[in-house]
Amino acid sequence: MNNQTVYTQDPVHKRLLVTRDFDAPLELVWRAWTDREILDQWWIPDPYKCETKTMNFIEGGYWHFAVTGPDMQMWGRMDFTKIVTYSYFTIIDCFCDANAVPSTDFPAATNKNTFRKTNNGTTVEVEVTFASEADMMKTIEMGGLQGFTTAHFQLDKLLEKMIKDEKAITV
Amino acid sequence: MEIRRDPFQAIADPTRRAILALIAFQAMTPNALAEHFDTSRQAVSKHIKVLTECQLVKQEQSGREIYYQINAPKMKEIADWLAPFTKLWDTRFNQLDKVLKNLNTK
Repeated sequence: MNNQTVYTQDPVHKRLLVTRDFDAPLELVWRAWTDREILDQWWIPDPYKCETKTMNFIEGGYWHFAVTGPDMQMWGRMDFTKIVTYSYFTIIDCFCDANAVPSTDFPAATNKNTFRKTNNGTTVEVEVTFASEADMMKTIEMGGLQGFTTAHFQLDKLLEKMIKDEKAITV
Repeated sequence: MEIRRDPFQAIADPTRRAILALIAFQAMTPNALAEHFDTSRQAVSKHIKVLTECQLVKQEQSGREIYYQINAPKMKEIADWLAPFTKLWDTRFNQLDKVLKNLNTK
């Protein structure tokens, strides 16, 4: 049985709250969120695979990882801005390229991941804050990874078409 | 032409969310609704107007009374909108559950 995930929307403050209990001690849950080898095992939903390229879990450091699917590959980057061990850490989450250069096509979000000890485990609260309400809408409408890859392919197609159209005009 | 309001903006207001929560259980008259709030009757009816304009609430005449009730399909639209986001985190966390279980037994 999985614990239920609770979602709260706060459009006014451009925030989304995700709260979830885990039946494991805080130290272990913290490790799962900060250890590259463990992150690779759960951060990206199946059938996509997550593979860490670099991980430096210190303030000012970042995690750079590849996401590979049956017919695509993309890159993610997570910058660690504040770390209070076994309590919380804040990140800036964005898409990027193979060299960890952040993407300008998709909005970045700021997450605060808070960890609390409970009677029989750990509660994790993920607070996602966007720069604007429009960014929030865009991220959600793009959906999870599935939505993102679709959006990405659509963007590719669109760019292809734009290049073609431009050629047609110049010719 | 009917006025179209953004339902997401409508539910951003805590009073309007409270109104929705109240009429989710049963259809209510404007008077019955207003009794639940400290604000003026006019303020409450303004909130209802916004909710009606964005089709989250519909009204029904019963005798001399007007009853407000939830417009379920429109509410579902809002819930569906968040679905891709919740699916990502649900899947992620279910995977984490498995990973934690393995780590715990090691």
